[in-house]
Amino acid sequence: MAINWFKYSSPASFYSLAGKMIPLFSITAFALFVVGLYIGFFVAPTDFQQSEAYRIIFIHVPAAWMSMFLYLVMASWAAIGLAFNTRLSSMIATAIAPTGAMFTFLALWTGALWGKPMWGAWWVWDARLTSELILLFLYIGFMALQAAIDDPRRADKAGAVIALVGVVNIPIIYFSVKWWNTLHQGATVSLTQSPKMATTMLTSMFIMALACWMYSFAVVLIRTRTIILERERHTMWVSELQGTA
Amino acid sequence: MNWASWSDFFAMGGYGFYVWGSYLVSLLCMAGEIALVFNQKRTLLRQLSLIHKATQQEQNNETTP
Repeated sequence: MAINWFKYSSPASFYSLAGKMIPLFSITAFALFVVGLYIGFFVAPTDFQQSEAYRIIFIHVPAAWMSMFLYLVMASWAAIGLAFNTRLSSMIATAIAPTGAMFTFLALWTGALWGKPMWGAWWVWDARLTSELILLFLYIGFMALQAAIDDPRRADKAGAVIALVGVVNIPIIYFSVKWWNTLHQGATVSLTQSPKMATTMLTSMFIMALACWMYSFAVVLIRTRTIILERERHTMWVSELQGTA
Repeated sequence: MNWASWSDFFAMGGYGFYVWGSYLVSLLCMAGEIALVFNQKRTLLRQLSLIHKATQQEQNNETTP
């Protein structure tokens, strides 16, 4: 079966497709959050070292993963928009930034609340924490730059450049625990080693990460639809939509 | 089951402030983002429908002699 993928690069057809997908992602996200939290709080055992404080991991790690993934996804869409001059790609990049910034803030916040009882400090200027803070500033810089430029197409291009330059920060965050001496513990899950956690803990963490993905899809799609409507308001299909609504 | 009672559950082995502080703020952030996103959408739709009505009005005025 041949699917014409380019059909959905048109904002008009993407708008209706996204409208159908949003309820699906929202319901899945909600269900996964419930299951993930249930396993995390009622099934996963108490940690022998950190007692109950380790349960912050079920939101901290997914939020930190999302902050990095979303940045890469945002930069990819921005790059595609820059290279091929496709409007929709740039709109998606713009729509991802606030959600990415939110998850970055959550990673820092939950990290601070975890650091205080375990390390005795809310914040330390070590490599992992500092590079994650730079990530937050990159998201904020991207949004501020785009908001400061009136012409949306020029804002897209300027944003894409800053997003692409910032990509260099992602491997720095990821490998910071290997490259430098840091308070932050090493990777909990890696491809080369068997996991260092109980299976139920891992299960909960992965379900929560999946829930965060579904949440991000839903919120980003809603925001993309709003951006599409705003930018395409002079077109025929939007006024037709208005006529029927 | 990890918890003997609800108060045991809320205490989180003495780490209640840190654990619930994390989850509460996460919930507030997500709920806040959802509210913002829908608010943006509603504001835009209201603006668009005002513009739409105004242009229709204009067209009607032009066609009636």
